[in-house]
Amino acid sequence: MWIIKRDLLLAVRRQSDVLTTLFFFIIVVSLFPLSVGPEMNMLRTMAPGVVWVAALLASMLSLGRMFSNDYLDGTLEQMLLSPQSLSLLVLGKALAHWLVTGVPLVLMAPVLGIQYDLPVDALFVLTVTLLLGTPVLSLIGAIGAALTLGLRGGGVLVSLLVLPLYIPVLIFGAGAVEANMAGVGFDAHLSLIGAFLLVSLVFAPWAAASSLRVSLE
Amino acid sequence: MLQGMSLACVRGDRELFTDINFSLEAGGLMQVSGPNGSGKTSLLRMLCGLSNPAAGEIRWCGTAIRSLGGDYLAAMTYIGHLSGTKDDLTAIENLRISSALAGSEINATQANDALRYMGLGGRETLPVKVLSQGQRRRVALARLLVCKTALWILDEPLVALDVMAVQLIQELLEQHLKQGGMVVMTTHQEIDITAVSIMQLQLA
Repeated sequence: MWIIKRDLLLAVRRQSDVLTTLFFFIIVVSLFPLSVGPEMNMLRTMAPGVVWVAALLASMLSLGRMFSNDYLDGTLEQMLLSPQSLSLLVLGKALAHWLVTGVPLVLMAPVLGIQYDLPVDALFVLTVTLLLGTPVLSLIGAIGAALTLGLRGGGVLVSLLVLPLYIPVLIFGAGAVEANMAGVGFDAHLSLIGAFLLVSLVFAPWAAASSLRVSLE
Repeated sequence: MLQGMSLACVRGDRELFTDINFSLEAGGLMQVSGPNGSGKTSLLRMLCGLSNPAAGEIRWCGTAIRSLGGDYLAAMTYIGHLSGTKDDLTAIENLRISSALAGSEINATQANDALRYMGLGGRETLPVKVLSQGQRRRVALARLLVCKTALWILDEPLVALDVMAVQLIQELLEQHLKQGGMVVMTTHQEIDITAVSIMQLQLA
């Protein structure tokens, strides 16, 4: 789809935006082992939570840019006037956002997890939960970004709106890794994150599209 | 045929206009004029469906545009105050992407020809951010060359353009009207266009 191609092209032209998110994630995750100290047991227990919180904040960091640049130069208006369905365009934009901000985090997570002395299978579970969970963050974030479009101080508001919706993903994402390390099955956690993904795939683009129409009126 | 039936616009507690009626036939040009803040842009945004009129109805070929949805959008091109171009993309990428979004994909040759016609030859592959205001306007207006829509809604299309470009746009509009297209536009400049019917809509 054109919109995904366009957003990826823009991301390539403006690499600083992408790198900011990735470096934020890397720095936050790396600072914990340094500040807490090299106690392996403690690091292992806190690893899933720290990585997930960092991923969540990193993904939120770039939400403001999802629609606001397009809003300012008038291209968002043109998207609303496109005969193609606005929900599909929003879905495309959310997917592009995920490819640009979510995928690098997923790829970096196993490397960063080594700092916490996570066993290999826990690293694997961590990557899988992030792979399923980060698209949810982008999709839900699209609703918040669309609702706060054109507002002053929208950055704070978007966090307030979106964070409560992020929490279930956070709980089950980190929970899956903990369950795996405790030797319990983690299938239930993964199924729940998968369910969140499916629900947000269906409803988030529609909700974000309606919010965009209201914001641009 | 585009019809406006007793349209009204309210901004805050101010009534910008009430009871606007018009009917634009194929080949017709409607020029909306009025002082700053009289609701010209608001009217144009209503006509393209970006906002709802406070009262009244807009009809396209006899049907309300609300219920037409995508069918209406596919027959209409809107170029507003904002150029709708991405600073980081080149002129040619901008033109191809905005055309694809509007539902008519074009290839690189078509985009090149359109940009050259608009006097941007040799600058097709520059990012739009290094172009001047008038050149950006030309990139935005190049969409009119490649779109196949019947109704053009143009908000101050001649702003920032030089004499040559104004002449070019006027010829383009005349040609579009001759082929049975429709144009709704606002402008503060004198224009010299011959068409089957030219309407003036004066907002208070």
